[in-house]
Amino acid sequence: MHQYRLEKIAKAFDRHQAAVDGIDLEIERAERVAFIGPSGGGKTTLFRLLNCTLKPTSGKLWINGDEVSDLHGRRLRTVRRKIGTIYQQHNLVPRLRVIHNVLSGQLGRWSTLPSLVSLLRPQGVELACKALRQVGIEEKIFSRTDELSGGQQQRVAIARVLMQDPEVILADEPVSSVDPSLASAIVKLLIDISHDTGKTLLVNLHSVDLALAYFPRVIGVKNGVTLFDLSPPQITDDLLEDLYSGHLPEKEEEKLTDEESRTPFLQ
Amino acid sequence: MKSPALPSYSSARRTVFPYLFTLFFLLALIDSWRRVGVDLFIFFEPLGREHLLKFLTGMFPPAYSYDFLSLMVRPALETIQISVMGTLIAIAIGFPLGILATRNFSVAGVLNDADTTGSPARLVTRFSIYALARAILSLFRSIPEFVWAFMFVRAVGLGPFPGVLAIGIAYGGMLGKVYSEIFESVNPRPLEALQSTGANKLQIFFYGWFPQVLPNFVSYTLYRWECAVRASAILGLVGAGGLGQQIEISMRMFNFNEVLTILIILFFMVAAVDTISAKVRAIL
Repeated sequence: MHQYRLEKIAKAFDRHQAAVDGIDLEIERAERVAFIGPSGGGKTTLFRLLNCTLKPTSGKLWINGDEVSDLHGRRLRTVRRKIGTIYQQHNLVPRLRVIHNVLSGQLGRWSTLPSLVSLLRPQGVELACKALRQVGIEEKIFSRTDELSGGQQQRVAIARVLMQDPEVILADEPVSSVDPSLASAIVKLLIDISHDTGKTLLVNLHSVDLALAYFPRVIGVKNGVTLFDLSPPQITDDLLEDLYSGHLPEKEEEKLTDEESRTPFLQ
Repeated sequence: MKSPALPSYSSARRTVFPYLFTLFFLLALIDSWRRVGVDLFIFFEPLGREHLLKFLTGMFPPAYSYDFLSLMVRPALETIQISVMGTLIAIAIGFPLGILATRNFSVAGVLNDADTTGSPARLVTRFSIYALARAILSLFRSIPEFVWAFMFVRAVGLGPFPGVLAIGIAYGGMLGKVYSEIFESVNPRPLEALQSTGANKLQIFFYGWFPQVLPNFVSYTLYRWECAVRASAILGLVGAGGLGQQIEISMRMFNFNEVLTILIILFFMVAAVDTISAKVRAIL
């Protein structure tokens, strides 16, 4: 049974152009896959389809053999609970304390009343603490999230996914807003997590080098379609040139939102 | 991160609207100047000068006799009470209506199209609730609190109660409108992250929406309270209690020095409310 099966998945936000334009894909359980390609090529939209945040305009999506493109309500939430997402901008709630942001990872299996009580009087401090310890910022548990640096916030976002304990981890550009020297540390952390727990790991990456270095399967996405789906040794410079042709070199496109302190972490 | 495509900026810019608006504004200005009879020179004519002088000199010195001041304590307290009760009612009206009048809540679902699947009938119901809430809010705030007070004085009699109702309803309309705008301006990305963990709507609301809107909510509500203190002075003119009623009485008896005293009391009350709001905002 495939973790993911996509059949001619497409998503258009308006009538003129499709962000994702018919992608076929199969991903096995516990597989580690990197997606690369120019920004604006549809990778983020693809990930939002994969975590059931968006509904495909056409095509079919199976998760664990169940068709999910037409679900809603409670059954949709049950599926979402199995997929944890790490976002480029962390997507934490800035005014909440770190502990609430971490605990919000388990909202999918938490009943409503206790989860709301927890906002006033945090429940499950040890669990949150454990997740934060894994990413190395246990001491920040009661800080307000917007007081943390960009890199620390990214670690909180990873702790939130650990708290969620999903089957699949989707990481959408997890390292494009942190210091380059820490980028590989974060990618390695994600790889280790997926290795230890047997979780499927799908990562969108800006950095071709990181993708080729750490992932056994690399998929190139451009203009909403997959250009190639190969293992790193098979990926030639010609293919990469093709993938990025007509776009700015990646360095200049990278956002300069880096407020990470220079102290190394996760050694 | 990509979001649903927006209409392009350049096409939105190429309109005649700014020019039309400027023209319309100038015409309206000239016309109003003529019609309202703005005549600044009236202050410099002998008769005007005399009236102005009588009014101003009548104000000084302000009335400070013990009898008068002790008489003002109750109305001053009453003004505060009217403003507090009125604001509480306004929150009770504005918050639920504001939520219903928020597009992403009532029409679009919490986020994205994944949540909006449902029968057309359900969509129509949702949209009519949204439209109805907006209509009620518009009605409440388009009628000035002065007029509401006038109607309530007729309905429930003289005293502070009609003032409370007037402020509650008129300000409820304003609060609801602003609440819905604050709700709509929330950063949707954290909400999407919460949604992707499988959180339900109530959880998304309290974990994602509420913490983000709280500071704006509190500071706008406090500002409305400040306005309510001032408004409850005006409402007194139609018999809805508070300091306004005293202003009216003193004006009618040409005791302008008493009017000045009341205005000074009002000034200090508004300043006090302002200080309190600043303190609360600093805590948040």
